[in-house]
Amino acid sequence: MYLRHLSIGDFRSYARAELALTPGVTTLVGRNGEGKTNLAEAMGYLATLGSHRVSQDAPLVRFGAERAIVRGLVDRGGRETLVELEIVPGRANRARLNRSPATRPREVLGTLRTVLFAPEDLSLVKGDPAERRRFLDDLLVARQPRWAAVRSDYDKIVRQRNALLKSAAPTLGPRRRRRSSRPATGPESEEVAAALRTLDVWNDQLAAAGAQLLYARLRLLRDLRPLLARAYDAVSDSSADARATYRASLHEEVADAIADGQVPTAEELRDALLATLAEQRAAEIERGVSLAGPHRDDLVLTLGELPAKGYASHGESWSFALALRLGAFWLLRHDLGDDPVLVLDDVFAELDAGRRRRLAGLIADCEQVVITAAVPEDVPAELAGTRFTVAKGHVEPAEAPAPGLGSERRPDHEPQRDPRSEPEPDAPPEPESPPEPADGVGTPEAGP
Amino acid sequence: MYEGAVQDLIDELGHLPGVGPKSAQRIAFHLLVADEDEVKRLVDALVQVKSRVRFCAVCGNVAEAETCRICSDDRRDASLICVVEEPKDVVAVERTREFRGRYHVLGGAISPMEGVGPDDLSIAQLFTRLADGSVTEVIIATDPNLEGEATATYLARALGTMGVRVSRLASGLPVGGDLEYADEITLGRAFEGRRLIHA
Repeated sequence: MYLRHLSIGDFRSYARAELALTPGVTTLVGRNGEGKTNLAEAMGYLATLGSHRVSQDAPLVRFGAERAIVRGLVDRGGRETLVELEIVPGRANRARLNRSPATRPREVLGTLRTVLFAPEDLSLVKGDPAERRRFLDDLLVARQPRWAAVRSDYDKIVRQRNALLKSAAPTLGPRRRRRSSRPATGPESEEVAAALRTLDVWNDQLAAAGAQLLYARLRLLRDLRPLLARAYDAVSDSSADARATYRASLHEEVADAIADGQVPTAEELRDALLATLAEQRAAEIERGVSLAGPHRDDLVLTLGELPAKGYASHGESWSFALALRLGAFWLLRHDLGDDPVLVLDDVFAELDAGRRRRLAGLIADCEQVVITAAVPEDVPAELAGTRFTVAKGHVEPAEAPAPGLGSERRPDHEPQRDPRSEPEPDAPPEPESPPEPADGVGTPEAGP
Repeated sequence: MYEGAVQDLIDELGHLPGVGPKSAQRIAFHLLVADEDEVKRLVDALVQVKSRVRFCAVCGNVAEAETCRICSDDRRDASLICVVEEPKDVVAVERTREFRGRYHVLGGAISPMEGVGPDDLSIAQLFTRLADGSVTEVIIATDPNLEGEATATYLARALGTMGVRVSRLASGLPVGGDLEYADEITLGRAFEGRRLIHA
């Protein structure tokens, strides 16, 4: 698939921008702070409904504006789909597919698939386990959008269960037990029993949803592993044995089997989760947080015998992060029989000449690659492709004779064209004004 | 900000569920220019609802007497109890005219984040109703979301020891809909709960 047109309104530094894209390589060149990454971010947002830079939506909306609009025309084997998102901080996003509203924004997942590599990805190697869990779960959703629902259900179960653990601490906690040295009868033990019964219910829920998520992650990892090793060796021109080992927060026996690369069945995982929750009960009550489940797991990255975190050099860490993304790209390509859009945000500046050249060779056959760079010379010559300049929140084709005319009109001479692309309609999908502002009076503020 | 009484009214309306600041303002100005009679009728209705309506001593549904209309109706099947979260769910089930048993209104669902535990729901009252053994089946009709499912699981476990049949409403495809428009979770549930039509 490729993104044929990107249109954004009140997104980050942009009041409005239109970007007509072609298959093959597109390079966005501009000095730092001029808005290149914002375009990459918008593409990522269309695909994942999240930003790779911030977890909240508020910074995405241009200062002073109420909502941001991101619109993308996706071409998949000649079939076009228009995805439109309206981002209003503090409220649920609204989404439209081919101009008809989607009941849930989640429905647009899978229309555009991107693999985005950005400087932030260094934290996949150097950062907290949460970064690596997010990498796995995002890839899971890109592969099969239905996991988005399981993931959000699971998160909610953990929040509910943590709330219960916190509120039950006075009843179940050690302080209370010490105080009640009376024989365990009477209303107090009844209270304890009731609290434990409620906890059992949430254990069931956590184990059921958690086992599904865990099972999916493990199968994903099984498929990703060989691709990761291949990508690392190709990028770094070595045979370093880059590996990713899943460390589950389950009791030892099952956790070891999983670390060995085995994939237990979903039922086995559920039983293991229940057993671990039972073992951890006292500790959980004391600390008021859920201590077992996919939200406590980690993906341990190793190079040869050494963990990448803490031991890998800067260059090795970059190669590892890049290998994770490239592996993800190949996995999606293989799964879907269709290339996701590869977005490389400010990546080449961080790589040495050898890695640049090898990366260029690896991505030459991708259907569409979007590259941002501050210094055009950082990008290997074979990836030049179509070039745009980004300056002060405006995007211009680099060859445009008179910069500053605005980007609505295409330049007379076409930049190199991919033969696969059909003649384009001259007008981009009409840059209509943002959807009707909800007349705040008529619509109930709290949606269903 | 408006002055005194108007702002007070907007604030009060804004506390209502589903009413945000803008809607509150719109309702307040509607009332301000409305007929005196119309406003009086609204005030009356509000006062009446607080003074006359209470909750059924048996099932927890809204009632205007000690027990609600359904609990005092002898024609209803006393061996079936349908457990719901809110009185509005009673209305929903009643609309089907399928169910001829009685109800039990829990008053919510288990949600630790909102500080709602089993003790805050009328679960003890449900047990009291089951004590004499005349009820043979409890149908759990809590909402098909996380909290509703947790409540159903809790009830199923607690009722397991009471020697009463416990069933849960099926979840699956909406009637008259298209299979292709069903979301994956609903469709998955429908598969789990599929029914044999020819063995």
